Amino acid sequence: MVASRAIGSLSRATASRMRRCPGYICRNFSGSSALRTRTHINYGVKGDVAVVRINSPNSKVNTLNKELQSEFMEVMNEIWASDQVRSAVLISSKPGCFIAGADINMLASCKTSEEVTQISREGQRTFEKLEKSPKPIVAAISGACLGGGLELAISCQYRIATKDRKTVLGAPEVLLGILPGAGGTQRLPKMVGVPAAFDMMLTGRNIRADRAKKMGLVDQLVDPLGPGLKPAEERTIEYLEEVAVTFAKGLSDKKISIKRDRGLVDKLMSYAMSIPFVRQQIYKKVEEKVRKQTKGLYPAPLKIIDAVKTGIEQGNEAGYLSESQKFGELAMTRESKALMGLYHGQVLCKKNKFGTPQKEAKHLAILGAGLMGAGIAQVSVDKGLRTILKDATLAGLGRGQQQVFKGLNDKVKKKALTSFERDSIFSNLTGQLDYQGFEKADMVIEAVFEDLSLKHRVLKEVEAVIPDHCVFASNTSALPINEIAAVSKRPEKVIGMHYFSPVDKMQLLEIITTDKTSKDTTASAVAVGLKQGKVIIVVKDGPGFYTTRCLAPMMSEVLRILQEGVEPKKLDSLTTSFGFPVGAATLVDEVGVDVAKHVSEDLGKAFGERFGGGSVELLKQMVSRGFLGRKSGKGFYIYQEGVKNKNVNSDMDGILASLKVPPKSEVSSDEDIQYRLVTRFVNEAVMCLQEGILATPTEGDIGAVFGLGFPPCLGGPFRFVDLYGAQKVVDRLRRYEAAYGKQFTPCQLLIDHANSPNKKFYQ
Amino acid sequence: MTSMLTYTFKNLPNTSKWALQFFVRPLSCSSQLRAAPATQTKSKKTLAKPNIRNVVVVDGVRIPFLLSGTSYKDLMPHDLARAALSGLLTRTNVPKDVVDYIIFGTVIQEVKTSNVAREAALGAGFSDKTPAHTVTMACISANQAMTTGIGLIASGQCDVVVAGGVELMSDVPIRHSRKMRKMMLELNKAKTLGQRLSLISKFRLNFLSPELPAVAEFSTSETMGHSADRLAAAFAVSRLDQDEYALRSHSLAKKAQDEGLLSDVVPFKVPGRETVTKDNGIRPSSLEQMAKLKPAFIKPYGTVTAANSSFLTDGASAMLIMAEEKALALGYKPKAYLRDFVYVSQDPKDQLLLGPTYATPKVLEKAGLTMNDIDAFEFHEAFSGQILANFKAMDSDWFAQNYMGRKTKVGSPPLEKFNNWGGSLSLGHPFGATGCRLVMAAANRLRKEGGQYGLVAACAAGGQGHAMIVEAYPK
Repeated sequence: MVASRAIGSLSRATASRMRRCPGYICRNFSGSSALRTRTHINYGVKGDVAVVRINSPNSKVNTLNKELQSEFMEVMNEIWASDQVRSAVLISSKPGCFIAGADINMLASCKTSEEVTQISREGQRTFEKLEKSPKPIVAAISGACLGGGLELAISCQYRIATKDRKTVLGAPEVLLGILPGAGGTQRLPKMVGVPAAFDMMLTGRNIRADRAKKMGLVDQLVDPLGPGLKPAEERTIEYLEEVAVTFAKGLSDKKISIKRDRGLVDKLMSYAMSIPFVRQQIYKKVEEKVRKQTKGLYPAPLKIIDAVKTGIEQGNEAGYLSESQKFGELAMTRESKALMGLYHGQVLCKKNKFGTPQKEAKHLAILGAGLMGAGIAQVSVDKGLRTILKDATLAGLGRGQQQVFKGLNDKVKKKALTSFERDSIFSNLTGQLDYQGFEKADMVIEAVFEDLSLKHRVLKEVEAVIPDHCVFASNTSALPINEIAAVSKRPEKVIGMHYFSPVDKMQLLEIITTDKTSKDTTASAVAVGLKQGKVIIVVKDGPGFYTTRCLAPMMSEVLRILQEGVEPKKLDSLTTSFGFPVGAATLVDEVGVDVAKHVSEDLGKAFGERFGGGSVELLKQMVSRGFLGRKSGKGFYIYQEGVKNKNVNSDMDGILASLKVPPKSEVSSDEDIQYRLVTRFVNEAVMCLQEGILATPTEGDIGAVFGLGFPPCLGGPFRFVDLYGAQKVVDRLRRYEAAYGKQFTPCQLLIDHANSPNKKFYQ
Repeated sequence: MTSMLTYTFKNLPNTSKWALQFFVRPLSCSSQLRAAPATQTKSKKTLAKPNIRNVVVVDGVRIPFLLSGTSYKDLMPHDLARAALSGLLTRTNVPKDVVDYIIFGTVIQEVKTSNVAREAALGAGFSDKTPAHTVTMACISANQAMTTGIGLIASGQCDVVVAGGVELMSDVPIRHSRKMRKMMLELNKAKTLGQRLSLISKFRLNFLSPELPAVAEFSTSETMGHSADRLAAAFAVSRLDQDEYALRSHSLAKKAQDEGLLSDVVPFKVPGRETVTKDNGIRPSSLEQMAKLKPAFIKPYGTVTAANSSFLTDGASAMLIMAEEKALALGYKPKAYLRDFVYVSQDPKDQLLLGPTYATPKVLEKAGLTMNDIDAFEFHEAFSGQILANFKAMDSDWFAQNYMGRKTKVGSPPLEKFNNWGGSLSLGHPFGATGCRLVMAAANRLRKEGGQYGLVAACAAGGQGHAMIVEAYPK
C-alpha cells in the first residue's frame, strides 16, 4: 500500500509498470476544432445502443485533453437527447489503449493552482453527468485504462475489459506527484472498498483485468481472440464491442442488474467500514505507513488520504471540493514537477535516436555467468533473443543458469508467466564452456571480472571466432572502453554496456561510446538494450563514464563522514531521509567494498584532488580484513541469511578509530552532511555535461535516478539545480570548499547558471 | 451435461477417411491430376504409387458409442477394446495367426493397462505371438494407430495389421496429490518404526486432496471448450449457426441409425447388463430447446453450450488393414484403399482446433486432388463452432495467405457431402477411438452413395491435426 512504492518505483523495478503502458503521453494536437467534424470521437447506433468510439488522430494512445472532452460531451448530449438510443457503449478503436490518462501538458501549461483546480472541477462535473446518466453506459476496455481513463470508466454504469496483458487499470497519478483529480478519490473507495482504493492510489500500481474483476473494478471479462477472418487485435476489439452491446441492451431492458454479487468478505468489510472507529484506525494506519515510507518527502500520498477521508466523512460535495483543491496544490509542487520531468525523460530514453541498426541483433553471446552475466542473459532470453551464456567453469555456468531459471520461475510464482512460457523462454538459453556457435552471434557482451588484461584476452579470443558484423560490448562499471578496445582489430565495433545489478530489476543501461565506435554499433547496442526493456542513456567514454563518476565523489565524502565519527546507521538514516532509496553506508556494502576500493583508486588517479576527501585507506583495510560487504557477510554491517535487521559490524570500530579525523563543526550539522553528499554528486554531474560526457541533462537525470537512486522527488541532479536554484547550490559548495578544499569547487557550468538566473537545464 | 462437458479433455479426434468406392468410375480421367500408373484398379484415376504397396481396409467395426456413465461405466478400457477386437474377428473371420501386429490408440490411460492394445488382444483371443503397442496423439490417436499400420505395411515389415482405438471416460485415473505420493513412496522404503512414524508425522490434511486428470491444455491451461468458444467468436460464428449445425448432426445421425446405415456398429453384451446395440447419444432436439441452454465455458455470453459440443463418450473401434495382395490372396474383397495422409500442427492457443483447415489442402496437394474430386467428407466434430470456424477459415484467402503461407484458399466442403451420417457431436467421441469411425464412415458412405474419394480430417489437442484420403476399392 504504500507510497514508498511510488517513490521506489520510479527508480526501481516497479517503475516498469509506468513504462509498459504509454501512460500520460502528451500530445500536442494542432488543428482547429471544427464543430461538426469530430476528430477524436465518432459514434454509430446499433439497434438502440449508441457505440461511441474514441480514436485520437496521429497518436498511438488516447489522452483526455480539452478537445476530446468537449467532443465527448457533445456526443453524450446527443445520445441523451435521442429517443432512438436507450443505452451506450464507450470503446477505443486503438488496440492496446482505452484511455491512457489525462494530457499532462494541459497541467503543465497552467500557471496557478486555481487554474488546475478549475480543470479538475470540469472533469468532475463531466463524470458526474455520466454517473447520473439515465441511459446505462458500458465502458468496453481494451488496453491501458489509466488515470483519467480509469476515472471515466468508473463513472460508467458497467465495465467490460479484455483479459489480456495489455489491459491494465490503474491510478498512477501518485507517481507524478499528483492525485486522481476527476472524482477518482471519491468513486474508487466506493467501488472497490477503502483499503483497495488506497492501495491503488498510493502505489499507482497497474491492475490486470482478471484481478480487476475479482476486486469489483470491472464487471465482465472478454478473452482475447486469435486470428479469424481478420487480424486478432482487430477482431478482439470488434468482439469486445459486440459483447458490450449485448450487455448495454441487457441493462436498458433491465435483464442485467448493475448490482454485483458480493462475497461474504466484501460484505463484512463494508460492514466494518461503516463503523467510524474502524475507519479512523484505517486512516491512521495508512497515514503512518505513508509517513514512514515517504519520510515526508512526497506530499501527494498524504493529500490522497485526506481527499478520500473528506469524501467519506463529510460527504460527496466536500470530497469533490477537497479533491480538486488538493489537485491544484499538488500540480504546483516541486515534487510533481520533478516526477513529471522524470516521466518525460523516461519516455525519451526509451527511444533509439541512433536509428535502426543495419542488422537486427538476434543472436547474443554473453561471456561470464556471474551475477551480471546471468542477469543480462535473463533479460535477453525473456524477450526472445537467442542467447549463449559462456563461462570458464561448469560450476560457474551452472550457477548462472540457475540464476536465470530462478528469475523466470519467480515470475511463474507471481503468475506473471505460466510454467510453460517459462520453459519456452528458458529454451532460448544455451549454456556452454567453449566458443561453439559464436560464428552466428550478432553481439557479444562480456561480463567477466573487472580486470583489463583479462578483458583484453577475452576480446582477442572472441574476435577470432565472431563474424565481421558482430558487436563486442563490454559490461564494466569503470574500465575505460578505449583501453579495452586498444587491442581490438575492429575498434568501431567495440562499445560499453554498463548494466546495473540486479539486472532484472534495475531499469537503467548506460551505453558508452568511444571516439572510434561507429554509429551503427551504437544503434545496435541501443536496440538490444531497448529490447531488454531498459531505459538507456548514451554517454562518452571517460574514467567512470557518467554514473560511476558521479557516485565516486559522493562515496569519497561518505568515507570522510564516517571517518569524522558519524555512525553508519546515522549516515544511512540521513541519506534515506533525503530521499535516497538506500543508505550510503549500506550502498557501499551492496556495491562491494573491493569494487568501491578499485573504483576510488582508479578514479582518484584520473581526477586527483576533486575526488579526494575520504581516505581510500579505510576501504583498503576493510578489504584486507575480508569485510567486502554483503557478499562476504560483513562490511559496515553484518549480514546473515534470514536475519532481517542487520547489525553494525563492531569489528569496524578499530579501523574507523585508527583513521579518525576531527569533524569541522561549522559544516557538520545533519543538513550539512546531507548536502555535502548531494552537492558533490550534483557538481560532478554538471561537470560531465560541461565536458560532453553527457549529451543532455535529461540523460543525466535519468541515469542518476534510475541507476544510482538519486532522490526521485528531486528529479535528478539537473532538475535539482533548476528547482533548488543554481546560486544556492554554488553557495553551499563554496562554504564547504572553504572548510575542505578543492573537492567542493563548483564547476564552471554550474557557476554560469548561478550567474545568470535565467539559465536553466530545462527551459 | 454441462458438467460433463467442462470435463472435456484435450482430445478431439476426428479423422475421416473416405475410403471405399464401389462403383466403377467411368473412364473419364478429367480431374485426375496424378499420372501414376494404375496397378490393380480398373479406373484410370487412382492414387496408387509406383513401387509402393497398396494398403487396404478389409473391414472395420466399433462397439456402440455410449454417453460416459451409462452401460459401460463399470468396465475397464481393455474390456471395450476387447469387445471391438472380438467384433472384428467375427466380422472378418481373419485367421488369428496371420495378424502380424496390433496397434491401438488411447488418450486417458488406465495406469494398470498402459499398453491397452496388448491386454485387449490377449483377452480377445488373438495369438499371444502377435505383438501389440499403444499410441497416443489426443483425438487423432486412432488415426495414428492406422497410419502407423500403413507405415509397417508399406515398408514391407508387416502384411496384416489390426488398428483401433479405445476410450473410457466413465472412469479416469484420479491420483493422490504429489505430496501424498511422495510420502507413500518414502514410507515404502522406511525400514524402522521410528522412520515410519517420523514420516507419518509430516502428514497434513491437504495431502488428501486428489489430483484430477488435466481438464485443460497443458501449455496454455485453457480448456478445449473455452478455446472453441473463442475460435467461434474469432470467426464470428453465431450461436444460432452452431445450434443449427448441431441439430443437423443429430438429425442425420438419427436418420442413419434408423436406416441401418451405421453398419460398422457391432453389438456388445456387457457383462451383467443388457446387450448394447446402438449409440445412445443421438438426441435430435429443437432449436428452441437448444437456445435455452446456458453457455458452458464462457459465461455468461459465450456461444458454446452442452448441446453444440461433443459429449464425453465411452467406446472402442478396430479395423483390419492389409497389403492389397495379401488381402486378395486371403480371398477378401477390401472396402477401401488408405492413401495419402498428413499430420499438421499449429498454435495451440488461438488455433487449437483448426487442424482440418491446415491438413486438408496439404493432403489434397499431396494426392494431386482438388476439393471437387472428393465425394465424401468425414470431419471430426468436436464442437459445432469448431466445424463452422474451420469452414470459414478454409474459405478465406486472407487466412490462407496470412497464416498458412498459401496463395489461395482451399474452399469449404459442400455441406451435402459432409458428415452425412452424423458426426462426433451426435454419435459421440471416445477420444482414442474416433479416428477409425471416421475412416469406416467414409468407406461405407463411398460404397453406399457412390464416389471414389473420401477425405477424413480431424483436430486434436496440442494444436495438431490430421487428414487422409480414402479411395473406394473398385468393384
